[in-house]
Amino acid sequence: MALPPLDSPQWHSSLSAFGWGMRSIAATVLTLVLFATYLGIGALAHDSHFSLGWALAATAFVWAGPAQIILISTLGSGATVIQAAIAVTVSAIRLFPMVVSVLPMLRTPQTKRRHLILVAHLTAVTLWVECFRFLPQVPRERRIAFIHGLGCGLVLVCLTATAVGYGLAANLSQLFAAAILMLTPLAFLFSTLRNSRELSDVVALILGLLLFPLAAKLDSGVDILISGVVAGTIAYGVHRWRAHA
Amino acid sequence: MSDILSGFLGDWHALLILLVAGVIPNQIWRMLGLWFGGGIDEGSELLVWVRAVATAILAGVIAEILVQPPGALASVPDWLRYAAVAVGFAGYLASRKSIFAGVVCGEIAMVAGKWWLG
Repeated sequence: MALPPLDSPQWHSSLSAFGWGMRSIAATVLTLVLFATYLGIGALAHDSHFSLGWALAATAFVWAGPAQIILISTLGSGATVIQAAIAVTVSAIRLFPMVVSVLPMLRTPQTKRRHLILVAHLTAVTLWVECFRFLPQVPRERRIAFIHGLGCGLVLVCLTATAVGYGLAANLSQLFAAAILMLTPLAFLFSTLRNSRELSDVVALILGLLLFPLAAKLDSGVDILISGVVAGTIAYGVHRWRAHA
Repeated sequence: MSDILSGFLGDWHALLILLVAGVIPNQIWRMLGLWFGGGIDEGSELLVWVRAVATAILAGVIAEILVQPPGALASVPDWLRYAAVAVGFAGYLASRKSIFAGVVCGEIAMVAGKWWLG
Protein backbone atom coordinates (compact mmCIF):
# COMPACT_ATOMS: atom_id res chain seq x y z
CA MET A 1 0.00 0.00 0.00
CA ALA A 2 1.37 3.44 -0.98
CA LEU A 3 0.34 6.70 0.64
CA PRO A 4 -0.90 9.51 -1.63
CA PRO A 5 1.70 12.11 -2.69
CA LEU A 6 2.23 15.03 -0.29
CA ASP A 7 0.29 17.49 -2.48
CA SER A 8 -2.68 15.15 -3.09
CA PRO A 9 -6.22 16.45 -2.25
CA GLN A 10 -6.54 13.22 -0.21
CA TRP A 11 -4.68 15.04 2.56
CA HIS A 12 -7.07 18.03 2.63
CA SER A 13 -9.28 16.61 5.37
CA SER A 14 -8.21 15.33 8.78
CA LEU A 15 -10.73 12.52 8.54
CA SER A 16 -9.19 11.12 5.41
CA ALA A 17 -5.71 11.45 6.98
CA PHE A 18 -7.07 9.45 9.93
CA GLY A 19 -8.32 6.86 7.44
CA TRP A 20 -4.93 6.63 5.73
CA GLY A 21 -3.30 6.19 9.14
CA MET A 22 -5.66 3.38 10.04
CA ARG A 23 -5.14 1.68 6.69
CA SER A 24 -1.38 1.88 7.15
CA ILE A 25 -1.52 -0.85 9.79
CA ALA A 26 -1.83 -3.23 6.82
CA ALA A 27 1.46 -1.92 5.42
CA THR A 28 3.74 -3.14 8.17
CA VAL A 29 4.90 -6.55 9.31
CA LEU A 30 5.09 -5.12 12.85
CA THR A 31 1.28 -5.33 12.98
CA LEU A 32 1.62 -9.09 12.67
CA VAL A 33 4.31 -9.16 15.36
CA LEU A 34 2.10 -7.02 17.61
CA PHE A 35 -0.85 -9.34 16.98
CA ALA A 36 1.29 -12.34 17.96
CA THR A 37 2.57 -10.52 21.06
CA TYR A 38 -0.94 -9.65 22.24
CA LEU A 39 -2.20 -13.18 21.55
CA GLY A 40 0.50 -14.18 24.03
CA ILE A 41 -0.47 -11.45 26.50
CA GLY A 42 -4.13 -12.53 26.34
CA ALA A 43 -3.11 -16.14 26.98
CA LEU A 44 -0.78 -15.07 29.82
CA ALA A 45 -3.60 -13.08 31.44
CA HIS A 46 -5.85 -16.12 31.23
CA ASP A 47 -3.29 -18.51 32.69
CA SER A 48 -2.51 -16.02 35.49
CA HIS A 49 -6.24 -15.91 36.41
CA PHE A 50 -7.11 -12.38 35.35
CA SER A 51 -10.54 -11.61 33.84
CA LEU A 52 -11.01 -10.92 30.12
CA GLY A 53 -12.29 -7.41 30.87
CA TRP A 54 -9.19 -6.73 32.97
CA ALA A 55 -6.94 -7.94 30.13
CA LEU A 56 -8.75 -5.74 27.57
CA ALA A 57 -8.69 -2.70 29.87
CA ALA A 58 -4.95 -3.21 30.36
CA THR A 59 -4.39 -3.31 26.59
CA ALA A 60 -6.42 -0.13 26.00
CA PHE A 61 -5.19 1.97 28.94
CA VAL A 62 -1.67 0.71 29.64
CA TRP A 63 -0.90 0.21 25.93
CA ALA A 64 2.63 -1.07 26.43
CA GLY A 65 3.23 -4.78 25.89
CA PRO A 66 6.29 -5.15 28.13
CA ALA A 67 4.57 -3.29 30.98
CA GLN A 68 1.52 -5.53 30.66
CA ILE A 69 3.66 -8.66 30.79
CA ILE A 70 5.61 -7.39 33.81
CA LEU A 71 2.35 -6.46 35.53
CA ILE A 72 0.72 -9.83 34.86
CA SER A 73 3.77 -11.92 35.69
CA THR A 74 4.74 -10.05 38.87
CA LEU A 75 1.17 -9.96 40.25
CA GLY A 76 0.59 -13.54 39.08
CA SER A 77 3.70 -14.76 40.92
CA GLY A 78 2.52 -13.20 44.18
CA ALA A 79 4.34 -9.86 44.29
CA THR A 80 2.69 -6.98 46.16
CA VAL A 81 1.04 -4.10 44.30
CA ILE A 82 3.92 -1.81 45.33
CA GLN A 83 6.54 -4.23 43.96
CA ALA A 84 4.61 -4.57 40.70
CA ALA A 85 4.14 -0.80 40.44
CA ILE A 86 7.88 -0.18 40.91
CA ALA A 87 8.84 -2.75 38.26
CA VAL A 88 6.29 -1.36 35.78
CA THR A 89 7.26 2.26 36.48
CA VAL A 90 10.91 1.52 35.77
CA SER A 91 10.09 -0.46 32.61
CA ALA A 92 7.93 2.44 31.39
CA ILE A 93 10.73 5.01 31.61
CA ARG A 94 11.62 4.15 28.01
CA LEU A 95 8.29 5.74 26.94
CA PHE A 96 9.66 9.12 28.03
CA PRO A 97 12.43 9.37 25.40
CA MET A 98 10.03 7.94 22.80
CA VAL A 99 7.43 10.66 23.40
CA VAL A 100 10.15 13.31 23.52
CA SER A 101 11.52 12.23 20.13
CA VAL A 102 8.15 11.74 18.37
CA LEU A 103 6.53 15.09 19.20
CA PRO A 104 8.88 17.39 17.23
CA MET A 105 7.84 15.49 14.07
CA LEU A 106 4.18 16.38 14.68
CA ARG A 107 4.29 19.97 15.89
CA THR A 108 3.23 22.94 13.78
CA PRO A 109 3.26 26.55 15.06
CA GLN A 110 -0.50 26.18 15.76
CA THR A 111 -0.22 22.95 17.74
CA LYS A 112 -1.30 23.17 21.38
CA ARG A 113 -0.09 20.72 23.97
CA ARG A 114 -3.60 19.30 24.44
CA HIS A 115 -3.70 18.28 20.75
CA LEU A 116 -0.85 15.91 21.49
CA ILE A 117 -2.27 14.10 24.54
CA LEU A 118 -3.77 11.22 22.54
CA VAL A 119 -0.56 10.90 20.51
CA ALA A 120 1.42 10.67 23.77
CA HIS A 121 -0.94 7.95 25.01
CA LEU A 122 -0.65 5.99 21.75
CA THR A 123 3.14 6.20 21.76
CA ALA A 124 4.71 2.79 22.36
CA VAL A 125 7.53 0.99 20.65
CA THR A 126 5.69 -0.02 17.44
CA LEU A 127 4.14 3.40 16.83
CA TRP A 128 7.46 5.05 17.60
CA VAL A 129 9.26 2.94 14.99
CA GLU A 130 6.53 3.52 12.40
CA CYS A 131 6.54 7.30 12.95
CA PHE A 132 10.06 7.47 11.56
CA ARG A 133 9.02 5.42 8.54
CA PHE A 134 5.61 6.94 7.64
CA LEU A 135 5.69 10.58 8.76
CA PRO A 136 8.06 11.90 6.07
CA GLN A 137 5.35 10.84 3.57
CA VAL A 138 2.58 12.75 5.41
CA PRO A 139 2.04 16.55 5.20
CA ARG A 140 2.97 18.10 8.54
CA GLU A 141 -0.46 19.62 9.26
CA ARG A 142 -2.13 16.17 8.86
CA ARG A 143 0.39 14.15 10.88
CA ILE A 144 -1.52 14.23 14.18
CA ALA A 145 -4.68 12.90 12.46
CA PHE A 146 -2.61 10.27 10.65
CA ILE A 147 -0.99 9.08 13.91
CA HIS A 148 -4.38 9.01 15.63
CA GLY A 149 -5.58 6.70 12.84
CA LEU A 150 -2.49 4.50 12.91
CA GLY A 151 -2.50 4.29 16.71
CA CYS A 152 -6.22 3.56 17.00
CA GLY A 153 -5.90 0.90 14.31
CA LEU A 154 -3.08 -0.77 16.24
CA VAL A 155 -5.08 -0.61 19.50
CA LEU A 156 -8.05 -2.31 17.76
CA VAL A 157 -5.77 -5.04 16.39
CA CYS A 158 -4.32 -5.61 19.85
CA LEU A 159 -7.71 -5.64 21.62
CA THR A 160 -8.80 -8.32 19.15
CA ALA A 161 -5.59 -10.29 19.70
CA THR A 162 -5.92 -10.02 23.51
CA ALA A 163 -9.46 -11.44 23.37
CA VAL A 164 -8.52 -14.18 20.89
CA GLY A 165 -5.42 -15.19 22.91
CA TYR A 166 -7.45 -15.23 26.13
CA GLY A 167 -10.11 -17.39 24.52
CA LEU A 168 -7.61 -19.74 22.90
CA ALA A 169 -5.71 -20.30 26.14
CA ALA A 170 -8.98 -21.32 27.77
CA ASN A 171 -10.04 -23.72 25.04
CA LEU A 172 -6.98 -25.11 23.32
CA SER A 173 -4.95 -28.23 23.84
CA GLN A 174 -1.95 -27.81 26.09
CA LEU A 175 0.43 -27.90 23.11
CA PHE A 176 -1.17 -24.93 21.35
CA ALA A 177 -1.66 -23.01 24.56
CA ALA A 178 2.09 -23.42 25.20
CA ALA A 179 2.81 -22.29 21.63
CA ILE A 180 0.81 -19.09 22.16
CA LEU A 181 2.54 -18.34 25.47
CA MET A 182 5.88 -18.85 23.70
CA LEU A 183 5.02 -16.05 21.22
CA THR A 184 5.69 -13.40 23.86
CA PRO A 185 9.36 -14.09 24.64
CA LEU A 186 10.17 -14.79 20.96
CA ALA A 187 8.46 -11.65 19.63
CA PHE A 188 10.01 -9.40 22.29
CA LEU A 189 13.46 -10.91 21.97
CA PHE A 190 13.70 -10.41 18.22
CA SER A 191 11.95 -7.05 18.09
CA THR A 192 14.22 -5.69 20.85
CA LEU A 193 17.25 -7.05 19.03
CA ARG A 194 16.02 -5.45 15.82
CA ASN A 195 15.50 -2.07 17.53
CA SER A 196 18.95 -2.10 19.16
CA ARG A 197 20.80 0.73 17.52
CA GLU A 198 23.85 0.86 19.74
CA LEU A 199 26.19 -1.64 21.35
CA SER A 200 24.89 -0.66 24.81
CA ASP A 201 21.39 -1.85 23.80
CA VAL A 202 22.70 -5.27 22.71
CA VAL A 203 24.83 -5.65 25.87
CA ALA A 204 21.83 -4.67 28.01
CA LEU A 205 19.66 -7.27 26.28
CA ILE A 206 22.16 -10.14 26.59
CA LEU A 207 23.24 -9.34 30.16
CA GLY A 208 19.61 -8.82 31.16
CA LEU A 209 18.77 -12.32 29.91
CA LEU A 210 21.77 -13.90 31.67
CA LEU A 211 21.52 -12.03 34.99
CA PHE A 212 17.82 -12.67 35.61
CA PRO A 213 18.26 -16.34 36.61
CA LEU A 214 20.92 -15.21 39.15
CA ALA A 215 18.75 -12.39 40.50
CA ALA A 216 15.81 -14.80 40.76
CA LYS A 217 17.77 -16.75 43.38
CA LEU A 218 17.45 -13.72 45.69
CA ASP A 219 13.67 -14.18 45.59
CA SER A 220 13.23 -10.50 46.46
CA GLY A 221 9.96 -9.85 44.62
CA VAL A 222 11.77 -7.23 42.52
CA ASP A 223 14.25 -9.63 40.88
CA ILE A 224 13.59 -8.18 37.42
CA LEU A 225 14.33 -4.72 38.71
CA ILE A 226 17.63 -5.83 40.28
CA SER A 227 18.87 -7.69 37.22
CA GLY A 228 17.65 -4.85 34.98
CA VAL A 229 19.41 -2.04 36.85
CA VAL A 230 22.65 -4.05 37.20
CA ALA A 231 22.71 -5.22 33.56
CA GLY A 232 21.64 -1.83 32.23
CA THR A 233 24.27 0.00 34.26
CA ILE A 234 27.01 -2.37 33.08
CA ALA A 235 25.83 -1.82 29.49
CA TYR A 236 25.98 1.93 30.06
CA GLY A 237 29.52 1.46 31.43
CA VAL A 238 30.48 -0.34 28.21
CA HIS A 239 29.03 2.59 26.24
CA ARG A 240 31.10 5.09 28.28
CA TRP A 241 34.22 2.99 28.01
CA ARG A 242 33.91 2.81 24.23
CA ALA A 243 33.22 6.53 24.00
CA HIS A 244 36.51 7.22 25.83
CA ALA A 245 38.59 4.54 24.16
CA MET B 1 -6.35 -14.06 42.89
CA SER B 2 -9.23 -16.53 42.45
CA ASP B 3 -11.81 -13.82 43.19
CA ILE B 4 -10.63 -12.01 40.06
CA LEU B 5 -11.95 -14.91 38.00
CA SER B 6 -15.58 -14.06 38.60
CA GLY B 7 -17.33 -12.10 35.88
CA PHE B 8 -16.04 -10.23 32.85
CA LEU B 9 -14.35 -7.39 34.72
CA GLY B 10 -13.65 -9.23 37.95
CA ASP B 11 -13.89 -7.20 41.14
CA TRP B 12 -13.12 -3.50 41.48
CA HIS B 13 -10.06 -4.37 43.54
CA ALA B 14 -8.33 -5.93 40.51
CA LEU B 15 -9.16 -2.88 38.40
CA LEU B 16 -7.78 -0.60 41.10
CA ILE B 17 -4.54 -2.61 41.03
CA LEU B 18 -4.48 -2.19 37.25
CA LEU B 19 -4.83 1.57 37.66
CA VAL B 20 -2.17 1.89 40.38
CA ALA B 21 0.42 -0.60 39.11
CA GLY B 22 -0.32 -0.52 35.36
CA VAL B 23 -1.96 2.61 33.99
CA ILE B 24 -0.45 5.36 36.18
CA PRO B 25 3.18 4.09 36.00
CA ASN B 26 3.00 4.23 32.19
CA GLN B 27 0.99 7.41 31.66
CA ILE B 28 3.18 9.37 34.04
CA TRP B 29 6.19 8.98 31.73
CA ARG B 30 4.19 9.75 28.60
CA MET B 31 2.76 12.92 30.14
CA LEU B 32 6.18 13.96 31.47
CA GLY B 33 7.51 13.47 27.93
CA LEU B 34 4.70 15.68 26.64
CA TRP B 35 5.37 18.31 29.30
CA PHE B 36 9.16 18.52 29.28
CA GLY B 37 9.69 17.19 25.76
CA GLY B 38 11.15 20.39 24.37
CA GLY B 39 14.10 20.66 26.72
CA ILE B 40 15.75 17.25 26.60
CA ASP B 41 18.51 16.23 24.25
CA GLU B 42 17.69 12.89 22.68
CA GLY B 43 21.30 11.79 22.79
CA SER B 44 21.93 12.79 26.44
CA GLU B 45 23.89 10.43 28.68
CA LEU B 46 20.98 10.05 31.10
CA LEU B 47 18.72 8.79 28.32
CA VAL B 48 21.37 6.30 27.18
CA TRP B 49 21.44 4.84 30.71
CA VAL B 50 17.65 4.89 30.97
CA ARG B 51 17.30 3.07 27.66
CA ALA B 52 19.89 0.47 28.69
CA VAL B 53 18.11 -0.22 31.99
CA ALA B 54 14.71 -0.38 30.26
CA THR B 55 16.10 -2.84 27.70
CA ALA B 56 17.64 -4.99 30.44
CA ILE B 57 14.35 -5.05 32.36
CA LEU B 58 12.58 -6.23 29.23
CA ALA B 59 15.29 -8.89 28.82
CA GLY B 60 14.61 -9.96 32.41
CA VAL B 61 10.92 -10.39 31.59
CA ILE B 62 11.78 -12.52 28.54
CA ALA B 63 14.11 -14.63 30.73
CA GLU B 64 11.46 -14.98 33.45
CA ILE B 65 8.90 -16.41 31.00
CA LEU B 66 11.52 -18.84 29.64
CA VAL B 67 13.02 -19.89 32.99
CA GLN B 68 9.89 -19.85 35.16
CA PRO B 69 7.18 -20.40 32.53
CA PRO B 70 3.52 -19.68 33.32
CA GLY B 71 0.60 -22.04 32.71
CA ALA B 72 0.72 -24.40 29.77
CA LEU B 73 4.26 -23.40 28.82
CA ALA B 74 5.50 -25.21 31.93
CA SER B 75 4.52 -28.49 30.23
CA VAL B 76 7.37 -27.97 27.73
CA PRO B 77 10.76 -29.26 29.02
CA ASP B 78 13.35 -26.58 29.88
CA TRP B 79 15.84 -27.72 27.21
CA LEU B 80 13.17 -27.58 24.51
CA ARG B 81 12.21 -23.99 25.36
CA TYR B 82 15.85 -22.91 25.21
CA ALA B 83 16.43 -24.89 21.99
CA ALA B 84 13.37 -23.22 20.41
CA VAL B 85 14.84 -19.79 21.21
CA ALA B 86 18.15 -20.86 19.65
CA VAL B 87 16.39 -22.11 16.47
CA GLY B 88 14.38 -18.87 16.33
CA PHE B 89 17.57 -16.86 16.66
CA ALA B 90 19.14 -18.84 13.80
CA GLY B 91 16.03 -18.11 11.70
CA TYR B 92 16.23 -14.42 12.61
CA LEU B 93 19.86 -14.25 11.48
CA ALA B 94 19.34 -16.42 8.35
CA SER B 95 16.46 -14.19 7.21
CA ARG B 96 18.61 -11.07 7.59
CA LYS B 97 16.93 -9.98 10.81
CA SER B 98 13.27 -10.66 10.15
CA ILE B 99 11.37 -10.62 13.47
CA PHE B 100 8.59 -12.63 11.89
CA ALA B 101 10.93 -15.38 10.59
CA GLY B 102 12.56 -15.63 14.03
CA VAL B 103 9.21 -16.07 15.78
CA VAL B 104 7.95 -18.62 13.24
CA CYS B 105 11.16 -20.73 13.39
CA GLY B 106 11.14 -20.73 17.20
CA GLU B 107 7.47 -21.74 17.31
CA ILE B 108 7.90 -24.52 14.75
CA ALA B 109 10.88 -25.90 16.69
CA MET B 110 8.95 -25.92 19.97
CA VAL B 111 5.74 -27.42 18.58
CA ALA B 112 7.65 -30.05 16.55
CA GLY B 113 9.79 -30.97 19.56
CA LYS B 114 6.81 -31.27 21.88
CA TRP B 115 4.86 -33.29 19.32
CA TRP B 116 7.81 -35.61 18.83
CA LEU B 117 8.17 -36.11 22.60
CA GLY B 118 4.46 -36.99 22.73
